[in-house]
Amino acid sequence: MKEEIELIKDGKRLDGRGFDELRPIKIEVGVLKRADGSCYLELGDNKVIAAVYGPREMHPRHAQDAKMAVVKFRYNMAPFSTDDRKRPGPDRRSVEISKVCREAFNPVIMRELYPKTGIEVYVELLQSDAGTRTAGINAASIALADAGIPMKDLVSSVAVGKIDGEMVLDLNAVEDNNGEADMPIAMIARTNTITALQMDGRLTKEEFERGLKLAVGACHQIYELQRTALVTRYNQNYESKSKREEE
Amino acid sequence: MGLEIVNDVRTDYVCDLVKNGKREDGRGFREYRDISVERDVIKRAEGSARVKIGDTDVLVGVKVELGTPFPDTPDKGVIITNAELVPLASPEFESGPPNENSIQLARVVDRGIRGSEAIDLDKLCIEEGEKVWMVFIDIHVLDDNGNLADAAALGAIASLLNLRIPNERYGLTGENTLPMRDTPVAVTTVEIEGNILVDPSFDEGNAAASSVTVISNADGTLSGMQKSGSGGLKEAQIAEMVEIGIEKAGEIRGKYL
Repeated sequence: MKEEIELIKDGKRLDGRGFDELRPIKIEVGVLKRADGSCYLELGDNKVIAAVYGPREMHPRHAQDAKMAVVKFRYNMAPFSTDDRKRPGPDRRSVEISKVCREAFNPVIMRELYPKTGIEVYVELLQSDAGTRTAGINAASIALADAGIPMKDLVSSVAVGKIDGEMVLDLNAVEDNNGEADMPIAMIARTNTITALQMDGRLTKEEFERGLKLAVGACHQIYELQRTALVTRYNQNYESKSKREEE
Repeated sequence: MGLEIVNDVRTDYVCDLVKNGKREDGRGFREYRDISVERDVIKRAEGSARVKIGDTDVLVGVKVELGTPFPDTPDKGVIITNAELVPLASPEFESGPPNENSIQLARVVDRGIRGSEAIDLDKLCIEEGEKVWMVFIDIHVLDDNGNLADAAALGAIASLLNLRIPNERYGLTGENTLPMRDTPVAVTTVEIEGNILVDPSFDEGNAAASSVTVISNADGTLSGMQKSGSGGLKEAQIAEMVEIGIEKAGEIRGKYL
């Protein structure tokens, strides 16, 4: 049964955040050995790991594109990632999310460089707390860069939503379950180009516009974090290599 | 393979036209094809509607059955939306389990009805935790000539508005109509060569880098949105799409619901 929960008290959200505040984000680049690129990311209580394979031969062959690489994206929730065990394997929700996420990356991945190949992105949600697809996109973006896939830019993603009548950034699970609307977006921060947009719930046009502004601003913040994570990682690689050479 | 090449050629053709301010069927950028809504076309279904938008033809049937509620909402009725892209509707559809396009179509229609709270689910509860009405909305695409989303959503809401609850079949008495509170209408626009076009034809749908379906309600609020396609959009373009969505939804609601 849904009980009325007060989600905003004294201008603060239940977890103490302001309306335009993201949850803490932690990023680790290159966490998997076998994958060509990978990333572990935490967004609040979300824990997600993304891996990229390819470009490699596309299977099945009839799914090949003679002009460009085909991006495969699989969003998957671990059975233990949710309060009620999630039945393993793809369900309708994850099929739709996988499609939306793939399309969010299609504008940036330079697919025309690798005709007939597949670029495979696998996102596993290990622990979920609302905003899982945005966490997945942010992690996948870094994993793609880590795999050395030529991209025009990183993709950054965040959700906005409406709780207790206010538009707020990056809903957590309590807010999402008791909120009035949820709107995840993904964008190319440098050019302010939106590559994914979904909304469910109920919003006025003004609320939608305000929410979109809020999300766009937050994507710029996330972009900086993604960039810093990549730069830090590759500086480390560079430093350890030059150290070895000195010795 | 042959189809792909034909589609490429048609995409070039559509893009060239749009650059010159034209569409293949002579419509304006903000003009729908002719719409028709035929209600109660299936006797065995509790609600049904056949919607045509130009040559696009979608049949929506709604079945209502008694069932047990979900454990987390024991006092609410259930809506289940499904879409079938049956192979008779297009050379590109294949038989088999639902693919991502049919799943997306069903979920977008579902999101609009759910987000608007168009059906008062509390009133579909007969016995808390035991018996509720389950509303199955099944979208059957018959002829895909573009913009399935708007046709499917219109068929769904038209069916629901005309639906009769089968009380007698279960030996129950009560209201025979669904407790409807709103009329969500979906409007799809696409971006081609920097222009925003409403109600994409099949070729326009293929030519478009991005498409956005905006679902809005009688009071102009939004109750669902979905971008699809492999392109990117600017904020101003999305604002324009929302604007057109609300305006066109009002026109469609006034004429057909």
